[in-house]
Amino acid sequence: MEPMGKVLAITPEKCTGCRLCELVCSVFHDGVSNAARSRIKVVKWESEGIYVPMSCQQCQDAPCMIVCPVKAISRDEALNRVMVNHDICIGCRSCVAVCPFGAMGFNVIDRKNFKCDLCDGDPQCVRFCEVKAVDYVDANQVSLAKKKAAAEKITAAQRQAVALASESH
Amino acid sequence: MALDRKIAYIDLSTGKIEIKPIPIDIRRKFLGGRGLDAYLLYNHTEKGIDPLGPKNTIMVSGGLLTATLASATARTHVMAKSPLGGMVGSCNMGGFFAPELAWAGFHHLVIKGKADKPVYLWIHNGKIEIRDAKNLWGKTVTDTQWAIREELGDDDIKSLVIGPAGENLVRFANVMTGIKNSGGRTGMGAVMGSKNLKAIAARGTMDIKIAYPREALEYNKRFIDQITSAKVNQTQGTLGTPFIWGATNSWGGIRCRNFQYNQQLYCDDIEPEAIDEACTETIGPYHMTGCFGCQVHCRAKYKIPTGPYAGVYDEGPEYTSQGAFCGEPDCRSLETLLVGNHLVNQFGMDNLETGSLIAWAMELYELGILTDKETDGLDLRFGNDEALLEMVKRICFRKGWLGDTLAEGGLIASERIGKNSFDYLIQVKGVSNLHSDERATPALALNIATASRGSDHLRSRPAIDLYHLPVEVMRKIYSSPVPYDGPLSSEHTEYIGKPWQVFWHENCYMAVDCLGICKYHTTFLGATLPNFEDWSKVIYLNTGLEFTPREIWDIAERCNMIERLFNLREGLKREDPYRGDLLNHRYFDEPTRRGAPDVVGRVIDREKFRKMVDEFYEYKGLDKEGIPKPETLKRLGLDKEPSHLL
Repeated sequence: MEPMGKVLAITPEKCTGCRLCELVCSVFHDGVSNAARSRIKVVKWESEGIYVPMSCQQCQDAPCMIVCPVKAISRDEALNRVMVNHDICIGCRSCVAVCPFGAMGFNVIDRKNFKCDLCDGDPQCVRFCEVKAVDYVDANQVSLAKKKAAAEKITAAQRQAVALASESH
Repeated sequence: MALDRKIAYIDLSTGKIEIKPIPIDIRRKFLGGRGLDAYLLYNHTEKGIDPLGPKNTIMVSGGLLTATLASATARTHVMAKSPLGGMVGSCNMGGFFAPELAWAGFHHLVIKGKADKPVYLWIHNGKIEIRDAKNLWGKTVTDTQWAIREELGDDDIKSLVIGPAGENLVRFANVMTGIKNSGGRTGMGAVMGSKNLKAIAARGTMDIKIAYPREALEYNKRFIDQITSAKVNQTQGTLGTPFIWGATNSWGGIRCRNFQYNQQLYCDDIEPEAIDEACTETIGPYHMTGCFGCQVHCRAKYKIPTGPYAGVYDEGPEYTSQGAFCGEPDCRSLETLLVGNHLVNQFGMDNLETGSLIAWAMELYELGILTDKETDGLDLRFGNDEALLEMVKRICFRKGWLGDTLAEGGLIASERIGKNSFDYLIQVKGVSNLHSDERATPALALNIATASRGSDHLRSRPAIDLYHLPVEVMRKIYSSPVPYDGPLSSEHTEYIGKPWQVFWHENCYMAVDCLGICKYHTTFLGATLPNFEDWSKVIYLNTGLEFTPREIWDIAERCNMIERLFNLREGLKREDPYRGDLLNHRYFDEPTRRGAPDVVGRVIDREKFRKMVDEFYEYKGLDKEGIPKPETLKRLGLDKEPSHLL
């Protein structure tokens, strides 16, 4: 099969909520520690212990790309990512408004939008996440892992059904 | 820059707020965090003040490296004169508050006076506001935090709060953040309560410039790999700290029935593996949570599986809760453990102190020193789970004679109860011992006897002494950054070499507390974890400040000495059973009854213990009475304290 390119694969159940991804993201891109500058953000429901890292999905039909009035946003097929050209960008923030994942940020200090660029192929959030709640894998690997997990559940259910059926005899 | 974070002086009586920079020469002397707080405590309080009066000053801080790349830089430190023992009051907690405070522009807060009505502080991008806390007063720990977020309309606000225990001036009330990150032990929550200060809320989006960002990232990666490769941290990351309780109980290092036994029997239900099985959503690979930036993730999440609290979410239980609600009162029910842990988290009350004092009261009740009259009819026998949980509530709300009495802490309670109740109180400097039994481990006994905030394992415990490391390995650890060629012993029941180890760990732990790093990231439970050499590098890469490992050691020694000076000013005397560097007589007189063959039958030898203290004092530059020699103060640059530089 043709490689589909690599994507960020996020598994919220694995996330410990530590936010190291936010710290290394801001240091890597801006040379500063500041979670507000991070391209990835861990959204939390603390009273239930639920943490979900959120970042750009690098959409094929990216709404940000479509809505941009000056065509400053384009797809980089080599790295399977959506990029902003700040030389063209007019800072209208249409992309921020339209992104269904809230993944396009707007930095009030630099007055520029910002988004995940996959660190040019070596995402720091992935590199530092020991539990691999954020991983960087081939796109078809993501669905393969999910297929396997679902298949496991079906197998378990089938075994249970067989066991129950034999018990009743 | 970490170095441009400010210090703010807040007077709650007048409402006056003053913001100042922290000069570099102060950083070079005290770094930040606990060390600088100790300097501020010594300089901003007068001798003999009432810890719960307006003259006490409370310090809140992050470390020098908070929110930077040095593995896990999450720790918040809070310091004031302790209402529990009258000595140094200090607590240190993880979570997410300190990084938020740093992003909001501050490293240190110095809070004085007393507000005339409940208030909270709102700290946001360089600004500080004192706000009305009428609607927060009376709320539990988590409800307070969620209410602040709602009031200010920002879900990313991180708050440091007190619960009902702090409001009710329980002398061991905690300062809390998140679900269960607890600043415990010495009643800093009661000091906040006495000032009518319900919470400190922070939110910040200010850059902290990293001096050498790419190099700092690379070094951090190496640092984290080193930390997460330690087996002890991998185990913590799966089972949480309960694994320590299980391991310690197995050889006989856990206090049981106050101090009658050193091992709890038939307690399989509270072992970490059992907790994992009993709760569908607890412990294990996918049920752990971490503090800011930490890859150890030692905190378990759980839902109470049974009983009236079924379905309630909380975090932990830590091994201290196992000691407090299982070992010491000799209860064996998982539900009691999980509920007890939940109650103290929501009340904002120290689990160790609560469990220890109730276990003490249980022994007094069985001895007839306390009767049904004092307990208001509560059957306070060991192993009575219901009575235990009822007492937790009574202490928090000061209900009934005994609840109100225990809320005053051991020293005052022993005076009220009278008779020979004090003889059974397992404490140092008014602070109850951890749930561990140190009769078979002289090094650990010396640690709790001499710890600055009272009996405590997080000030100088050489925990790796239990691992029987080869002497060559110990030599490598303990001869750096200052040379040591004295004796060392791999045997945990020995007395030789231990004073140096305690002295070394005292400086090691002070250094991490100044930097804002967690102790699981240094030579505490793991012998291979980073210390002085590595800190010298991470400080440089993150802040640009150059320190040799030896200079960091010297700073730590200086900061520990400031805490000593404070305690001496407040009346520390070497052999004073109330406020001395001394253990309860039972350590010397009652042999251990259970445990491994080399543990059973042990006592601490009085004479050898005295010699250990002598030697420890020598390393610290103290005389036989525990008072610093003039040349020591001169060497550490403390001969002119209080110097009022900040």
